[in-house]
Amino acid sequence: AVVSTQSTGKEIGMKNNCTFCGVFRRQALDRGAALLKCDKIVTGHNADDIAETVIMNILRGDIARLGRCTAISTGSEGMISRCKPFKYTYEKEIVMYAHFKKLDYFTTECIYSPNAYRGNARTFIKDLEQIRPRAILDVIKSGEDMSIKDDVKMPTQMTCTRCGYISSSELCKACIMLDGLNRGKPQLSIGKANKRKQILKATADTGSTAAEMF
Amino acid sequence: SSGINAEYGEFQTFQHYFIQINLSRMDIVIELSGGAELLFDGKKRHEVSLPEEGWTLAKLLPWIRDNLLQERPELFMQGKTVRPGILVLVNDADWELVGELDYTLQRGDSVLFISTLHGG
Repeated sequence: AVVSTQSTGKEIGMKNNCTFCGVFRRQALDRGAALLKCDKIVTGHNADDIAETVIMNILRGDIARLGRCTAISTGSEGMISRCKPFKYTYEKEIVMYAHFKKLDYFTTECIYSPNAYRGNARTFIKDLEQIRPRAILDVIKSGEDMSIKDDVKMPTQMTCTRCGYISSSELCKACIMLDGLNRGKPQLSIGKANKRKQILKATADTGSTAAEMF
Repeated sequence: SSGINAEYGEFQTFQHYFIQINLSRMDIVIELSGGAELLFDGKKRHEVSLPEEGWTLAKLLPWIRDNLLQERPELFMQGKTVRPGILVLVNDADWELVGELDYTLQRGDSVLFISTLHGG
């Protein structure tokens, strides 16, 4: 299935595009790697990215993601493991390296990035870096060291009942999104689960929808 | 004789002054990359001749903003310095090594601004 961010953008507007793009891209990477029988997926996330993600997850109270985002290598049964070798490499170092080695360097920005939530975290991290450059590594360390109380509810890992992909609930995020897009209610996949139930109840929609795409 | 000689005298003074100005102009090169050039109408290299000497980077930045920048100054400068995320290289070396804003420019210097603010 080909889903372009242009088409999702028309449906859900200028915000929340990251949700759709990120989820679909990750799944596409995973499934593509599986087709090629790869052992590992290696991404170019750098220290600035990880620090931004830590700040973002704290600001949004996403304790599940916070625990995962600082791991240098992730993986579970059945899924190809992913790692981020540049986890401690500053974006500045990478840019300087590309400059001095005269590497081909893409600078095109995602057109939705001005409205993305990450921009707030990014500005904050950049201001911190200017005051004390070590702050970026310190934020990553804090994210790693954050411990979660025993009685906090954490999501359990299961598989999607529709497509078989790894998921923290019965339906994986991609299936929920596709459902929403196909029903013309993309906002179903944005926000918390109970809000989703409310929307569904209010519209009392029946009829099966796609999701056989994967 | 006061007419023509006086004017010639003024002309000589003017010539002298004119030569003085030429000798004290400073030629430098300002370069942009990483997307920063988009704020300057896409132009990556600017050869600039600055009047008189005594230019620090602190003095150059607002000059660039007011004379070369085509749009959105807030994406180039923040307060008295460059926006966090824009790297500054002086003669291919990190400006932190030469004193950042306090560095005094010299004839023939090259100042490069690389933006790292992009991506998704």
